[in-house]
Amino acid sequence: MQRFAFLLVAAFAMTVQAASAQTLKTVKERGTLICGVSQGLPGFSNPDDKANWTGLDVDLCRAIAAAIFDDPSKVKFVGLSAKDRFTALQSSQIDVLSRNSTWTSSRDTSLGLNFAGVNYYDGQGFMVRKALKVNSALELNNASVCTQTGTTTELNLADFFRNHKMKYEVTAFATADETVKAYDTNRCDVFTTDISQLYSEKLKLSNQNDHVILPEVISKEPLGPVVRHGDDQWFDIVKWTLFAMINAEELGVSQKTLAEALKSEKPDVRRLVGTEGNYGEQLGLTKDWVVRIVKHVGNYGESFERNVGTGSKLGIARGLNNLWNNGGIMYAPPIR
Amino acid sequence: MATQPDLLMPAPRVAMVNDPRIRGAVYQVLLLALVVWLGVEAYLNAQANLQAQRIATGFDFLENTAGFGVNQSLIAYRESDTYGRVFIVGLLNTLLVAVLGIAIATVLGFAIGIARLSSNWLVARLAGAYVEIIRNQPLLFQILFWYLAVLGAMPAPRQSIAIGVQPLLQGMADGLAALQRFGLPGAPADLCRALADWAGPPQVFLNNRGLVMPELTVGPGGSLIAATALAGLIAFVVLRIWAKRRQAATGKPFPLLWSGLGLIVGLPLVIFVALGAPVTLTPPVLRGFNFASGVRVIPEFVALLIALSTYTAAFIAEIVRAGIQAVPRGQTEAAYSLGLPRRRVLRFVVLPQAMRLIVPPLTSQYLNLTKNSSLAVGIGYPDLFAVFAGTALNQTGQAIEILAMTMAVYLLLSLITSALMNWYNARMAIPGG
Repeated sequence: MQRFAFLLVAAFAMTVQAASAQTLKTVKERGTLICGVSQGLPGFSNPDDKANWTGLDVDLCRAIAAAIFDDPSKVKFVGLSAKDRFTALQSSQIDVLSRNSTWTSSRDTSLGLNFAGVNYYDGQGFMVRKALKVNSALELNNASVCTQTGTTTELNLADFFRNHKMKYEVTAFATADETVKAYDTNRCDVFTTDISQLYSEKLKLSNQNDHVILPEVISKEPLGPVVRHGDDQWFDIVKWTLFAMINAEELGVSQKTLAEALKSEKPDVRRLVGTEGNYGEQLGLTKDWVVRIVKHVGNYGESFERNVGTGSKLGIARGLNNLWNNGGIMYAPPIR
Repeated sequence: MATQPDLLMPAPRVAMVNDPRIRGAVYQVLLLALVVWLGVEAYLNAQANLQAQRIATGFDFLENTAGFGVNQSLIAYRESDTYGRVFIVGLLNTLLVAVLGIAIATVLGFAIGIARLSSNWLVARLAGAYVEIIRNQPLLFQILFWYLAVLGAMPAPRQSIAIGVQPLLQGMADGLAALQRFGLPGAPADLCRALADWAGPPQVFLNNRGLVMPELTVGPGGSLIAATALAGLIAFVVLRIWAKRRQAATGKPFPLLWSGLGLIVGLPLVIFVALGAPVTLTPPVLRGFNFASGVRVIPEFVALLIALSTYTAAFIAEIVRAGIQAVPRGQTEAAYSLGLPRRRVLRFVVLPQAMRLIVPPLTSQYLNLTKNSSLAVGIGYPDLFAVFAGTALNQTGQAIEILAMTMAVYLLLSLITSALMNWYNARMAIPGG
């Protein structure tokens, strides 16, 4: 009922507030950025026992706060379930949603929201118990599948089984934790969600080594930050914060090399760090906005390695998320 | 209005402005106008804002393909059906758990409420303990308990617990065979084994995917059997009215229970046998991961039903106890002094009077149970709130329309329950009292 009440309040909040076009001003006056994240997904957005949030999605919000306030701690994180996340954004309870959300046409057009780029290229996969001796998702006929409601996964799952003329039974839970719990108690043969999330949820299972992630990737899941319609300046800030992190990695500007970058003679590096041109001011920020981002949060590659990469507990390879000139498809428009 | 001839005193002349009736009417009209204006304004404002933010509006989405699966549906449902159909599927699932829950909670609640007043110390204390333990735990916790604790104890599909006569007979045969060593003749064991073979393999299985049963398909003649049952029911209702009248007039009781069973169950059974038992049972077959055919009761449903009915029963028990205790003691004593046995005192003297006090709070409990069924979302039972205000809302993003529809459904269900109970309460009231 709590969830219902939340949705209800949000739905009515939508009816009374006009689309606010001054998010940057509001955020500056408030002194903090309010960022919608998951309710705990290691690697992407997860609080520790001192309520310190870390993760790839969290880093993006910290980067926005760093660019605005020169202080990555000026963020208030709000944990949202998959079901409530867009309503929370529509009703202005958060300034930006950075919560492993898949960019789809219907979400982009009919929810009154804009996706501001992609910070993780993902796909949906399946996890099963090793004991079942299943090697491919095509052997899953008649399987019982657990998934989380309010995500794109339910539709992909239905499509996959319909495409391959296989039968299945789906049980959909409201939160990720409930889903994992049900899978762990053997309610289902299969747990399906985005592959990055499978790696992350696997850490929560009682016997991690008894489970295997199947090789099939059944969908395209470009995950990225989301903002409301009606404030193009704010849309630009979120979009270009992400692009700045990717560009910084491409130009070799990291937390370690920042001091050298500031003295660099290369024109594209000079534009990035603001020693040439006024690109930050065009966004409504300061000249040194990228310096602030890199100094406090690091570039995209650093954030990736720290949170989900091979150096982290999740140990996910860069794969598609590598830079375009390094075998992946991460590509940011240039700053100039 | 100014003068009324039948009054002795002429009505005092008052200006229209000061006439309390006119004033009252004007205030009411003004208030109504204000409420309507607020409603219209809110609606128009929502429309304008949604349009400004380019959020989709309207109920056209109900025609669109839903695309996702639902694991329990009382009507045929496939992924290619519409959101409108999803709404019906969710609504029926909510109704199923609410109606069954109300029925079980009522029976259980009355039994425990009466047991609490039992003169047997142990029975009364056990009933008291039930009430205090169950009603003092949060409902969501109880739902999760029934779901996770019971589910955790169930085996995987391949190790399903077979329920049926054959495993029982087989077990008896094995036991008797073991006893042969102590000089028991072999005949009983052989008989049990033969019976077990005759009974065939069991067809009902229990595992962590639920309870699997054979699927019943009624062949030709099914409608005839249903029609007989319906005719039997109508005949019984007529018979009951006649019997009550006769009893009121002459005092002669009529064996209603047996005649009712004969009419509603016996008659269709005769037709069923005469037609050569036109049903086929499709037994569940283990294929791959799960049982492929057969009917399955999902564990989410069972957990939710148990939790809702046992929880509500604890409250009903207290209401029943209060109702019975409110009947003056003189009534019971008078009934006993007439020589009525205890059961009849309860049935004909105490309960009818207690019902007048029980029904209004009982209605509230029924409403609570129906609304509490939306906690199903916690364990993945596909009720209206989970599939429609959950998945459908998320896929379409039309929060206002979907929440309005969901609210309307819960409101309507509650109003219907209330109306039924009020009608029943009026019937139970002392005639003319």
